[in-house]
Amino acid sequence: MSTSSGHALEVLNLKKAFGGLTVTQDVSLKIRPGERRLIIGPNGAGKTTLFNQISGDLRPNFGSIRLFGTDITHLPPYRRAHRGLSRTYQIITLFSGDTLEHNVSLGLLGLRPTRWQMWRPMSFYRDLATEARRALDSVGLLHLADHPISEIAYGEKRRVELAVALAQRPRVLLLDEPLAGLSNTERAAVKSLIASISRDTTVIMIEHDMDTALDLAETVTLLNYGRVIVDGERDSVIADERTREVYLGT
Amino acid sequence: MKWLGAALLGGSLLLPPFLAGDFYINLASQILIAAIFALSLNLLVGFGGMTSLGHASYLGVAAYVSALLTSRYGLGHGSAALISISGTVAMAAFFGVIALRATGLGFLMITLALSQVLWGLAYRMSNVTNGDNGITGLTRPAPFGISLDNPVAFYWFVLVVTVIAFAMMMVFVSSVFGSSLKGVRDQSRRMAALGFNPWLIRWITFVYAGFWGAIAGLLYVYYHKYIHPSSLSTTSSAEALLGVIAGGSGTLGGPAVGAALVLLLKNYASAYIERWNMLLGLVFLFIVLVMPAGIVPGFSKLMAGLRRGPR
Repeated sequence: MSTSSGHALEVLNLKKAFGGLTVTQDVSLKIRPGERRLIIGPNGAGKTTLFNQISGDLRPNFGSIRLFGTDITHLPPYRRAHRGLSRTYQIITLFSGDTLEHNVSLGLLGLRPTRWQMWRPMSFYRDLATEARRALDSVGLLHLADHPISEIAYGEKRRVELAVALAQRPRVLLLDEPLAGLSNTERAAVKSLIASISRDTTVIMIEHDMDTALDLAETVTLLNYGRVIVDGERDSVIADERTREVYLGT
Repeated sequence: MKWLGAALLGGSLLLPPFLAGDFYINLASQILIAAIFALSLNLLVGFGGMTSLGHASYLGVAAYVSALLTSRYGLGHGSAALISISGTVAMAAFFGVIALRATGLGFLMITLALSQVLWGLAYRMSNVTNGDNGITGLTRPAPFGISLDNPVAFYWFVLVVTVIAFAMMMVFVSSVFGSSLKGVRDQSRRMAALGFNPWLIRWITFVYAGFWGAIAGLLYVYYHKYIHPSSLSTTSSAEALLGVIAGGSGTLGGPAVGAALVLLLKNYASAYIERWNMLLGLVFLFIVLVMPAGIVPGFSKLMAGLRRGPR
């Protein structure tokens, strides 16, 4: 085995069980810096649970996770964020009473020492607002920057989720179903957005919409019942018989 | 409209010493002390989403420490206050570590249990605390040589402290840190994923709330010149919590209004009806039914509705 430092993210023999139900069984992944990885699998395959372990929301029972060669298995989520890991959620978890700008600013603050400032309001830091607006502009939502999240459409919220994550300039970005529930036009917009993410960022994405997602992916991992079934270059995974078995049930 | 509100508030704070008799001035001082206490609890409940049923611990311990140091050990008020505040803050730091192992109901139960321990100690350790008799014969401090023994002087003193307390807590919740505190209240998982340390944010707030609880405790013992275990009781914590919720948790003015309401009911109603607690209960039932968010948010909504005109 070569040294692990060559990989952006390395998951080794990960295992997670809830009581008697094993949701992650011996999962190993190796993802190169800058790679676009798509994780697919039927409902309940353990995709989100895997993400939750990578981001630190869940602790695995066994196995390890390395981010650019550093073992992060036991780090709390916020430490992982400071090491360049960022994620979006399948279920939108933005701050609905606050403006778009505020939401993105919070994301920016999370990685800055300014977040401990106890006597100056956020508005004091103009650069924060400027950068938040730039991030919103990049997802085409600058015109809504001063609106509260609760006032904007669902598809726009998905894009704010992306703006929050991208504003952090993550080294590894986990996208949990970024296209879920979007209309065709919104889908196309978010797709080109994801396609435009800098190669400095490694992107790992869970997505059900294969038509759209496969275009974005270079490599694909197929999960089923918490196991890696097939793993490799996109075309070889699509052509693989086992993929068809899982998806077509032959 | 805003100016009218400010003028009314300013008037009601500045005029009592000139217009009212001693009874009312004393009542006003008590309201201000209760307001500081409720505001400090609101940092936890309203802005941090940590509902505590043990906040009286900080008021009571600060009051007891100051009372003991000045009466038994003959310390001056200045050093007694300093020791009392730092001791209470240290206790809050320790209690925070214990209570913040849990959130929600678990947190509430731990704060309740910790405050019950202190209440029990105050009752049972009678060789130190004088038990159920409380500590009597205390004095008020005389900052810069000004005696605070008359109600008007004391009121001014309390008013100055209240204004500082209010301003400092306002700055705190409006700060960058305050924004992250509210973020942790609403979506702690997301905040952690963004790089914030939810536990530390909650703990710092817990300690800060303990500090202002201690300030309220000092004023409390200065005012009464007497301290009794009941100041550490669950009732004392619960009254403050009721004030916060009735006034409007998570707002700046709400807890002060709520605390005033509780105190007024306690003082007035108890003169006429023996079971004033029942009346208190009814009033709260009414508030919860009519203005679920509390008096202050309820009224501002009402005013906004009136300005828009009838529909």
